[in-house]
Amino acid sequence: MKNLISMRDVNTQDILKLIDLAEKIETKKCKPDMSGKLAALLFFEPSTRTHFSFETAVKKLGGNSFSMSGTGSTSVKKGETLSDTLMTISMYADIIVMRHVIEGSARFASEIVNIPVINAGDGTNQHPSQAMLDLYSIKKTQNTLSNLTVGMVGDLRLGRTVHSLAQALSDFNPTFYFASPKHLQMPKYIKDDLDERNIKYEEIEDIKEVMSELDIMYVTRIQKERFAVLEDYEKVKDSYIITKKLLEGVKSNFKVLHPLPRVNEITKEVDDTEFAYYFQQARNGVFMRQAIITEILKLKY
Amino acid sequence: MNKEKLKVDPIKNGTVIDHIIAGKALQVAEILNIGNSDNEIMLGLNLLSRKMGKKDIIKIENREITKQEANSIALISPTATLIIINEYKVIKKFGIVIPKKIKNHIVCPNSNCITNIEQVKTKFELAGNNPIEVRCFYCEKKYYIEEVKFSF
Repeated sequence: MKNLISMRDVNTQDILKLIDLAEKIETKKCKPDMSGKLAALLFFEPSTRTHFSFETAVKKLGGNSFSMSGTGSTSVKKGETLSDTLMTISMYADIIVMRHVIEGSARFASEIVNIPVINAGDGTNQHPSQAMLDLYSIKKTQNTLSNLTVGMVGDLRLGRTVHSLAQALSDFNPTFYFASPKHLQMPKYIKDDLDERNIKYEEIEDIKEVMSELDIMYVTRIQKERFAVLEDYEKVKDSYIITKKLLEGVKSNFKVLHPLPRVNEITKEVDDTEFAYYFQQARNGVFMRQAIITEILKLKY
Repeated sequence: MNKEKLKVDPIKNGTVIDHIIAGKALQVAEILNIGNSDNEIMLGLNLLSRKMGKKDIIKIENREITKQEANSIALISPTATLIIINEYKVIKKFGIVIPKKIKNHIVCPNSNCITNIEQVKTKFELAGNNPIEVRCFYCEKKYYIEEVKFSF
């Protein structure tokens, strides 16, 4: 694996290898060494969790990093092209972790620089390190990735994490329920991918109907920043709220996942139930990102 | 007697592009850049066709279409057939193949795709045959061929 740009490039073998490595790192069965290497964490679009998670992963591996968050203090603001910014940064660093609002920007970056690139989110397209940490979380809670019933709830049209995760789980014979307002449904191009691979999925408007069947419920935020008109956001923001009452009668292995940050889509009372797993999921992100960097930089361990 | 033949004269040497989707012949002509050539060209638009209902046809005197040119036509009209003529006789007749990868000729309709922002040549892959769909290598969005614009 030279870069991590899209889950479309990642095969089952890669997925299982990264999960195995994340597990070894978490259980301290191995300690990869990134000393002497420098990571450029380029968050052209600001992020808290993914940024800090990568920064933590680099530090835990013994490497160094420098960061940008937003473009306010950079030459991008002076009109520098993305390719010039990336070429310059690639002269300093050993690996680029990059988030950008433009779709395909990470793929483009990987073509023009001669150091590895990890896509930390490109517009509404892909967020593969999130998909990998989601898979790791699912594996940890279910002890398998195969034959699971997964409900995805919320903004499935614009939320890139659900796109990457749906593709990633497709290797493991899942059954999906996609619960979203009609205009925020899973995009056709993702559903076409699932159809091609004969993956069972159903689009529903109310997740209540299928709660007792689910192994995993993956909740996403209705993202305000993706709406051009604020009124459109106000109309749908409360549509899909997960409460403690909704969780009555779920399977014992059931878990709620969320890429975070949440606004109001999971009520605070759910946090105290055995089903809430989103904070552990965020913790898993550090181990998975350590594994991804280790694999891509071919670190010794 | 076949009525189609009455409408467009035969050619002595050259290429006949038959079974072009009705209304697409001008675009095909643009791809082949035949407007600027000295060759004798006949364009038939909205001709009756048993197979297609209506079709367009182009006859180009003294020019044999290359494989690469034919593949470009396939994106616009995959139904097209190419007939190479020598001394009024058909010497080759073939359907065209839709290329699996298309470099540089499709403009990505996604305004937020990197190919519309940085100077980068587009790359598309064939993502479906019936109907024809293509996927952008960069933003990964999939489009029906009718939704995209071409640049040659």
